[in-house]
Formats: sequence, C-alpha cells, structure tokens
Amino acid sequence: MPLSEQEMGKSPMRMRDKLVLRVVSMAFIPFILLFALYVQFHGDYGPGGGFQAGVIFAAGVILHGLIFGLRSAERVIPPKVVEIMSALGLLLYVGTGLLCVALGGRFLEYGVLDHHDPVHGQHYGIILVEAGVGIAVASVMLCIYYAVAGRGRR
Amino acid sequence: MIEPLLFVLLLALAVAILKLKDLFAIAMLSGAFSLVSAGLFTLMDAVDVAFTEAAVGAGFTTVLFLGTLAVTANTERQQPFRLGPLLVVLVVGAVLIWAGLDAPLYGDPTAPVHTHLGAEFIGRAPSEIDMPNIVTAVLASYRGYDTMGETAVIFTAGVGVMLLLGGRKGRDLDEEDQD
Amino acid sequence: MSEVLGHWNQVAVIVLMMIGLYTVISSDNLVKKVIGLNLFQVAVIMFYVSMGKVAGGTAPIFPVDEAGNYVTDIAFSNPLPHVLMLTAIVVGVATTALGLSLVIRIQEAYGTVEEDEILDMDHREAHV
Repeated sequence: MPLSEQEMGKSPMRMRDKLVLRVVSMAFIPFILLFALYVQFHGDYGPGGGFQAGVIFAAGVILHGLIFGLRSAERVIPPKVVEIMSALGLLLYVGTGLLCVALGGRFLEYGVLDHHDPVHGQHYGIILVEAGVGIAVASVMLCIYYAVAGRGRR
Repeated sequence: MIEPLLFVLLLALAVAILKLKDLFAIAMLSGAFSLVSAGLFTLMDAVDVAFTEAAVGAGFTTVLFLGTLAVTANTERQQPFRLGPLLVVLVVGAVLIWAGLDAPLYGDPTAPVHTHLGAEFIGRAPSEIDMPNIVTAVLASYRGYDTMGETAVIFTAGVGVMLLLGGRKGRDLDEEDQD
Repeated sequence: MSEVLGHWNQVAVIVLMMIGLYTVISSDNLVKKVIGLNLFQVAVIMFYVSMGKVAGGTAPIFPVDEAGNYVTDIAFSNPLPHVLMLTAIVVGVATTALGLSLVIRIQEAYGTVEEDEILDMDHREAHV
C-alpha cells in the first residue's frame, strides 16, 4: 500500500494539526538555518564547510515542507529561485578560478587574489569557493526534494 | 576499542535491511545505519566525513526514500530463495578478504598511504594556507579542481532529476490537467 | 587466523559490502536495489576512512596553543581520504536521487517496480 499523502507532508491537513510538531519545528527551523550558516563560515576552523552547510540548510527548508506542506515551502523558497541558485553556485566556483586567471595566476591559484600576502589570497579564495559549494549543494538538494515530493502528490 | 562493537551493530542493521520486506521500515533503518556509521567515522578521526554522513544519510536520504515510497508500493514482494547470488557474493567476498591480507594493519603509521601526500599536506598547510582545518585546506585549495568537478556532478544530477521528473513547468501543467 | 584478525577493519568492511551487493543482485524490487547500493557505498567510504586512521592520531585539525600558534608536532590522521570521501557522500546522494527518479518514472510507465514483472511486460511487448 502506498503511503498516504499526509505522511509525505503534501496534504496540509494532518501534520499541520499536530500541535507539538508544529510548535517544535517552528522553534527549530530558524536555529537549523542559523547553524547551517555557522557550519559554512566556521568550516575553516573546525569540522564543516560548504557541503555540510548546504545539506543542513536544505534540511531546514525540507522540515518546513514536511510539517506545513510542500506548497508552503515553495512559497518560502520558490522552485525557480532554487533552479537559478544551483547554477549560480557552480558559476561562483568557476568564476573564482577565472578571477585568478584574470589577475595573472593559474586557474584556482588563490594566492594572486591578494597582492600583499598570498596566504590572505588563499583565505579569500577558499571562502568564495566554499560559498559556491554551499549554494550549489543547498539548492540542488531542495530541487530534488521539490521534484520528488511534487511527483508523489498525484 | 569501541569500533568493532559499532561495526557489529552496523552489520546487524545491514542484515535487517536485507531481510525485511517492509520498505518503509527499511528506509528508517537506513537512516539509523547512516547515524551509526557517522559514529564510526568520528572514532576514525574523520569528523568532517561524519558530519556529512549524519546530515546527508540520516536526514536527506531518508526523506528521499519516503518520497519515492509515496509513489511506489511500500512492501517488497516475497521472493523464492536463489542460490546464484549467494554463491557470487561468497566467492567475491572471500577473494577480496584474501587479497587484502598483505595490506597494512589498521592504524599503522608507517603505511604507504601516510608517508607521501598526506604527510606533505599536514606539513605545508600551516605556512601556505594558515587554516586550522586541514581537510578544508585540502578540499578547497590543494584539490580545488577535484571539488569543482564534484560540484559539477551534483549540479548535473540535479538537472537530471529535473529532466526526469518534469521540474517546475511539467508539474504546473499536470496540475492544470487535474483541474 | 591472526592475519585476518589484524585486518578486522577490512574484513568487516568487506562483509558489509557483500551484504550490500547481495541486496542489489538478489532483490527484484528496484527501491531495495538502490538501498543495497547505498549500503555498498557506505562500506567503500568506510574502507577509505579506515585506511586514513593513524593509531594514537587525532582529527586533522590543528589545535591552537596559548600563544595562538598551531600545534603541529602531534600525530594526525591522514586528511586526504577524508577529503575524497566527504565529496563522494554528497555526490552519492545526488546520484541516488537520480536513480530514485528513474524508479519513479518506471513506476509511472509500468505500474510496478518489481524487475521480473517489468521484464515480462517488455518480453510480451516484443513478441506481439
């Protein structure tokens, strides 16, 4: 027997009516998104980075979709935005590489990004590249969720 | 030595996944499987890998399987026992174990894998990149090409899913048909 | 026998891998095949990560001493397998999603995800 619609969060009826789920997820989602940003920018100093941050950010939005329905999640972050961001993330990565070439270095040679200190250039490069990875991963994961969950609606 | 114990738990979960017919329960068990393996990765000092596995395996993949099960049947049909697959698996497993016997022991610091690139990265990262997390330094800088390729693969997979499942436009059309 | 015990990590990983492989080739249900592939993938990742472990080592993140300098004279586990496997996990979930979308399309076209039924239908169609 296929799962009922409520279990996938496509129908707004049952999941949304569960008070505990609704209140707890309302309280948690902002912290999940904030934690994703922390993981993104603290990745240079501790465990974390773009890949993990992207997945955690997407998980926060998916939790919203599971509780309040797919429609509601699509109003928060429209599918069109997600599609454009997934390409922009990859372009930010490649663009950083090309910027290094434009500044006289080799592809992805971050040292030239700061003409005083190559080590600072490395830092700029890594932050840009990790941001590209984070954006691409988060939006591709959301894209996949929208596509798969939207298909089950019928 | 808690690692072998966690490995036993992992194997038990894998056998349960193999034996069960209820795909809904299997999807949940695969989430638990990912969580236990994330614990093992932490014990093997791979904190970044553990972090990723916990976020991806225990969170996203489970949602993905549930989304698929909403479309397909959620129990597997009973199947007769077949000898062929078991023989193949036993032979392949035995050959792999036999082939691995002269590999370095677990945790051996003189293993070839630790004496070339790994040591080089650990030695050069403090002065060249100046970041505490060596994994991030190697991921984004030393192996930047590799990571760019991986990001492109993820993007391509996303495009593939959109093409297969119709994406935004296809779904809007379907809904209009229903109305 | 002691040889096998010394390589307990490899033996355990290979047993895990074979459970995954057996799930893939013995089950007719396509969703379960994808789950079997996932088990196999985790086993391969575990194999790489276990090779990177150094006995007495710590996670490859430099601790900072009171003066703000990195402590580099302690043993670290090898960061290279971690980097490779970290990206492999995320790529793995993206390709799993691709496989599951194929399964969804097969379900919509054939009304089933059992491999033998799908092959039967194809076979009958070819002979009509």
